[in-house]
Amino acid sequence: MLEGYLQIALFVVVLVALIKPVGIYIARVFNNERTFLTPVFGGIERGTYRLLRVDPEGAGQDWKAYARSLIVLSLLFWILLYLILRTQGIQPFNPEGFKSGPWDLSFNTTSSFITNTNWQFYGGETTLTYFAQMAGLAVQNFVSAAVGIAVVAALIRGIVARSGKSIGNFWQDIVRIILYLLLPISIVGALFLVSQGVIQNFSHASVIHTLSGGTQILAQGPVASQEVIKELGTNGGGFFNVNSAYPFENSSGLTNFFEMLLILVIPASLTYTYGRMVGSQRQGWAIFSAMFVLFIIGVVVVYMAEQHGSPAQHAAGLHTAAVHGSTGGNMEGKDQRFGIADTSLWTAITTVTSCGAVNGALESLTGIGGAVPFSNLGYSEVVFGGVGTGLYSMLLYVILAVFIGGLMVGRTPEYLGKKIQAREIKLVSLGVLFTPLAVLLSAGAASATELGKRSLYAGINPTGFSENLYAYLSQANNNGSAWAGYTGFLQPHAPGNVGAYGISFANLLGGLVMVTARFAPILFVLAVAGAMAGKKVSPAGLGTMRTDNPTFVFLLIGIVVLVGALTFFPAILLGPIANGLTGRLF
Amino acid sequence: MTQGLRKDLRTGLIAIVAMTVVLGLLYPLAITGISQVVFPGAANGSKVSLDGKVVGSHLIGQEFKGKQWFHSRPSATEYSGNVTYFGNEGPNSVETREEIREELKSYVRENKPYDHALTREGVPVDAVTQSASGVDPDISEANAAIQAHRVAAVRHLPLAKVEELISANTDSRSLGVLGEPGVNVLELNIALEKEAPLK
Repeated sequence: MLEGYLQIALFVVVLVALIKPVGIYIARVFNNERTFLTPVFGGIERGTYRLLRVDPEGAGQDWKAYARSLIVLSLLFWILLYLILRTQGIQPFNPEGFKSGPWDLSFNTTSSFITNTNWQFYGGETTLTYFAQMAGLAVQNFVSAAVGIAVVAALIRGIVARSGKSIGNFWQDIVRIILYLLLPISIVGALFLVSQGVIQNFSHASVIHTLSGGTQILAQGPVASQEVIKELGTNGGGFFNVNSAYPFENSSGLTNFFEMLLILVIPASLTYTYGRMVGSQRQGWAIFSAMFVLFIIGVVVVYMAEQHGSPAQHAAGLHTAAVHGSTGGNMEGKDQRFGIADTSLWTAITTVTSCGAVNGALESLTGIGGAVPFSNLGYSEVVFGGVGTGLYSMLLYVILAVFIGGLMVGRTPEYLGKKIQAREIKLVSLGVLFTPLAVLLSAGAASATELGKRSLYAGINPTGFSENLYAYLSQANNNGSAWAGYTGFLQPHAPGNVGAYGISFANLLGGLVMVTARFAPILFVLAVAGAMAGKKVSPAGLGTMRTDNPTFVFLLIGIVVLVGALTFFPAILLGPIANGLTGRLF
Repeated sequence: MTQGLRKDLRTGLIAIVAMTVVLGLLYPLAITGISQVVFPGAANGSKVSLDGKVVGSHLIGQEFKGKQWFHSRPSATEYSGNVTYFGNEGPNSVETREEIREELKSYVRENKPYDHALTREGVPVDAVTQSASGVDPDISEANAAIQAHRVAAVRHLPLAKVEELISANTDSRSLGVLGEPGVNVLELNIALEKEAPLK
């Protein structure tokens, strides 16, 4: 296990080293300042403003105008993506000649990619044209990520603004975030991934006559250009059905390390950006610390549990201890080049963030190992979380913690010198509680009725319950990883969509959950930004509760765990923990 | 319709077209163009050949059944490279137990005649569990060391020679620290065919 912990430690060191430079850079992007890429992209930036008729020197938007622009862009893209998915038969870049899948699946997939969820009932290589992957899904990987980041930029501006009601210009934010942050890293990252074996072509699938005389068909496609933004934008939707477990998406220990960094670099660095913009780095580090503690606990728990092996393996007489030349542990649903440590680290990273990419089978995790992705989703993606979404959701918890802390010491709650009043607390509570509510209602509806049963793979037992609960946890939190057994799409003649059909209940409920649980909290967050903007700042006094010290970090962790995890504890108990506590097989 | 909404709709329509063209077409086409010139081998799937014929990809595992080959890990998809899915064997499932029991039994049955010290307790975990990708190109070094006895005997090669080929076809951890070492089964079997062809 020593080598495993060494890799985890190395990852943490590299990540922490990146936070300051990247955080400063993102702050410059948010503040419309010059960056080192301005000489390269400045012309394109100004051209885009002219094309979109956006005035970069203008007064900015109040929260309602900002929200309206955001909703308009998302809605238009929803329609365009749905049309792209419905017209596969007439598209270029379609060497396999795929037709479109069922309409209810398209509804689910469209909702999934517009909301940065990337929940996938379909397998990419067996259902989608290269055109739909590139011009449909990968575009949303950029745009939905940029939307999340824009919202946190707006919230920070609202928290900081001492006068006026402006929280920035949505169109300008989107252009700058894509042009200066997402696209440059994607270009460099995609080329690096190709150099390591991730494929990038438009060829027909290759038919191979194998060494021992069989046949193997290898699906091809423009994978690297999509893989990089899938991780960087915490999207997670794989080009292939088995996602980043497939060697053409993730070819070695090195690409695995690189992809994990891509996933966490923006969510982690944003805490530094935050500290810089509010004028106190300690505020940023306090939030980072709270996130980091919850993250690292998950990593260690899942790693130890997976290294132990599963009850089914022990009952079969398999020895799961590490021996010379073998890692031991639960290698079911894991690839050799990643082993136990890297699959465990990946699992924790992609479930604390809203990435949802997988490099191993979640359903094959041990009971306790599998409880970690569940609890991570239960924190409502505030532990680093999605790009932008993680920090803005965490800031709601910060305001909540300030309020509760203020009540405990009997003072008017203040955050960064601004009074937290009834309006803010109402909005924060709605924002914090909306996602859990969406999860429990939808998962409840699916478990309690016959309609949900058709989607289960494991049947009526703790594993089946886990599949169901996880499906709605993942979709409502816009994560997109799957306890893979749960299905909404059946494809009797794969590859291709001939004869394929959807399970409408799962597709429609899932699609609605993703859209509402994405945009309702965004509106609450923007409203909080609007309410905070222009509030008078009073100087900190002796009685002011500090929000940049260990006491506050502890309080914040406590609130996240209380609200997030305890909401779901009874449900998680019935699934993975029931599996973990019993040696019984089902 | 208010003026603000009308303005947003117009900006939005231009934006979705512009973004789709730049991010959805120009960007992936440019990456493909550069990749095909600079990394043609990797961009097209890291294919490997024997006697001038392509027999597979360095990165994608294949199924090997006969005694003369090193065997890959169990796969839920029979090593499919165009329809991928997870086996989803649950940790507390009776089916998982039965499948691992079967795999253990057949692994010991195949290799024990050549490696007399082999017991069920000595079987490495990767040899009897399904991989995630279904096309895991690698096996553990412990797994290869056991199978070496069988392959050496069937191909009439000294064990030391086979062990030499194993270490020549082991991918160590990236940069010495990242990931786990793995023996590339296809490359190893190609090396065997070059060293001691059966035909």
